[in-house]
Amino acid sequence: MAVDPKLQSDLQKQGVFVMPVEFLYNWSRKSSIWPVQFGLACCAIEMIAAAAARHDIARFGAEVFRASPRQADLMIVSGTVTKKMAPQVVRLYNQMPEPKYVIAMGACAISGGPFKDGYNVLKGVDRYIPVDIYIPGCPPRPEALLHALMTLQEKISKQHLNEARWYKKETPAEFPVPQYGAHDLEPPANPKVWEPPKK
Amino acid sequence: MSATGIIETQTLEVSLGPQHPSTHGVFRMDVVLDGERVVKLKPVMGYLHRNHEQLAEKMAWLGSMPYTDRLDYFCSMTNNWAYALAVEKLAGIKVPERAEYIRVIMAELTRLLNHSCAVGFLFSDCGAWFTPILYALRERERILDFFETVSGARMMCNYMRFGGVRVDLNDESLTMARDLVVRWPAFLDEFEKLLLANEVFLARTQRVGILPRELAINASISGPMARASGVEYDIRKVDKYGVYDRFDFRVPVGEKGDTFDRFMIRILEMRESVKILEQALRNIPAGPFIAPEVKLRNFRVPAGDGYGRIEAPKGELGFYLVSEGGAKPYRYHVRPPSFINLTVLEDMCLGHKVADAVIILGSVDIVLGEVDR
Amino acid sequence: MIPTVEQVREMLATKAASLTVEREQLLAVANFLKTEPQLQFDFCSCVTAVDYIKQDCIEVVYHLYSVALKHGPLALKVRAPRALEQCRVPSLTPVWRGCEFQEREAFDLFGVKFDGHPDLRRILMWDEFVDHPMRKDYVPPMDYEWEPTPHGETLARAKAQGGVVPASVLEAKK
Repeated sequence: MAVDPKLQSDLQKQGVFVMPVEFLYNWSRKSSIWPVQFGLACCAIEMIAAAAARHDIARFGAEVFRASPRQADLMIVSGTVTKKMAPQVVRLYNQMPEPKYVIAMGACAISGGPFKDGYNVLKGVDRYIPVDIYIPGCPPRPEALLHALMTLQEKISKQHLNEARWYKKETPAEFPVPQYGAHDLEPPANPKVWEPPKK
Repeated sequence: MSATGIIETQTLEVSLGPQHPSTHGVFRMDVVLDGERVVKLKPVMGYLHRNHEQLAEKMAWLGSMPYTDRLDYFCSMTNNWAYALAVEKLAGIKVPERAEYIRVIMAELTRLLNHSCAVGFLFSDCGAWFTPILYALRERERILDFFETVSGARMMCNYMRFGGVRVDLNDESLTMARDLVVRWPAFLDEFEKLLLANEVFLARTQRVGILPRELAINASISGPMARASGVEYDIRKVDKYGVYDRFDFRVPVGEKGDTFDRFMIRILEMRESVKILEQALRNIPAGPFIAPEVKLRNFRVPAGDGYGRIEAPKGELGFYLVSEGGAKPYRYHVRPPSFINLTVLEDMCLGHKVADAVIILGSVDIVLGEVDR
Repeated sequence: MIPTVEQVREMLATKAASLTVEREQLLAVANFLKTEPQLQFDFCSCVTAVDYIKQDCIEVVYHLYSVALKHGPLALKVRAPRALEQCRVPSLTPVWRGCEFQEREAFDLFGVKFDGHPDLRRILMWDEFVDHPMRKDYVPPMDYEWEPTPHGETLARAKAQGGVVPASVLEAKK
């Protein structure tokens, strides 16, 4: 619901700011996204470089990388997710409180990347958890990560309070954690998250 | 309290990792603690096992070169060089002089950026949250800019080829490299002064995690970790690969083998690297940058097997290659320094507190791409 | 048969010094190479296994250097049959501690069992995994993401296994 712009600017000149609650809610959420410290492989180094002084991620509010997933709202999956690590990734995702977002950074997190032939490589983290933003690259430059963060901020600013994904009945509270099988993970993918492509 | 009045205690089993605040990657230590003291420690790895060796068996010889970048993802240039060296040894290719000088320049710059970041991360493990890393990363960004100018990528350079390098260094790049190197002694002075004057750091690292010399040799420890324990072995001086015998540099060797020695060795090695860089940038000859007789398309290696190794910033990085005379390797094995340097992690950590275990791991300077391949 | 010092010295002068021994003499040769004062191979740099499927054997290779005398490398090779029950080699971890993790890796990826190893269990794959992936006859599980143009080996395997999407995923979807 938008406010009449003329009314808004007249009131602003008086020092009264009028906006929908949703705008304020989204603005405060998107300006302080705290990622969880979760670097897997080479992309993690570019993530650290993005957090360093040259490409400053603190400008976007994402300065504080929380060590505990319970205090974070963004998981940047940076690097190859192997099958040995996949249960841990899903467990960490389950431990994050809503509203939570996932950025799949790098070719390996999107689809297995250059290691797609691997017996121990998970072909994309979106097989088990829902991903919001994908950043291609091997590794993507820190500027690409900042662009992804800005895209995520735009996505958050468009979310509506009464249509939140986490309030819907069909969203599970916890995603099932895969188990180590004799030859592969069981199950090899989460059917509710990963749609087998239609031939 | 038991019947005799003595408090009974139990040991506590803690799993440090695979996700943890210290930035070493997905590495797990199963620690058994008695109070705060470490009683047993078992490292668990494999969380980044990307079967690099099996992939190499399916690809042509040159196709594995970009994958070697991703082994020790901090130091892509030295990984490339180790692989190129092993193949050149097996195939009997002679590398022209200018290419050798370029390789030395790239390798020593990589050593600078690796050691400064290793020191920065060690401080972060001690609790100095991000500030030393910011100083190290500031200089690393300059070196990455140079790598990007030369090879097109910041981190995964894919720069070496069998018989030389992919692209020549022009005068602009050489000037950029000289400007870079000129800044380093001042940066190292500042870095060292900031860090060594800190008594908390000295108290936390001296006499912590001692590695005796005999154990270091027996456990195949290599690199700065071995030299800190008194093992005077630097592959640049022993094997004399490349043109390292033309440069005048010393090899710093430690005495006690504790965490502080491992840290100081890295600072001293950075100063020696600056010396090598100054000499190399002054004396680099003109000439071809790749051996002209090498045909990289449909490249084949004669049948046989061989082992080639270099002094990577983390230790001895070696490649064992078995060839059947074809376009693909029959067996391709990486000898990773970080993996083998972890053999003695338990020995170094026993008896220390769990906070020290984190610092000792930081001083081993591992990178998981190499440990797990 | 334990070699003499002169034989080893001659080998070291060549470009590719390599010594192949039988399984039964491996420990004796290793101890000789380490303790003999003129050889002193005290640094075991690289341990790996190679699967020679055509000769029906797995060869374990140890690369040895000397820190004291600064010479090397010498490749110490030993062969074992490929069949899993008979694929056993004496462990050299009691001689050189650095072999510990690398022998565990050879066990994990190739299935070679090392007798006398203090802690022989999987190191890179998870414990419940049963295959030995680096063997030449290992077939990885079919979990390829559908590629827009599956071709060559991918397409052949997918057709043989009845479709590009893994059956277990299709089952769960029903």
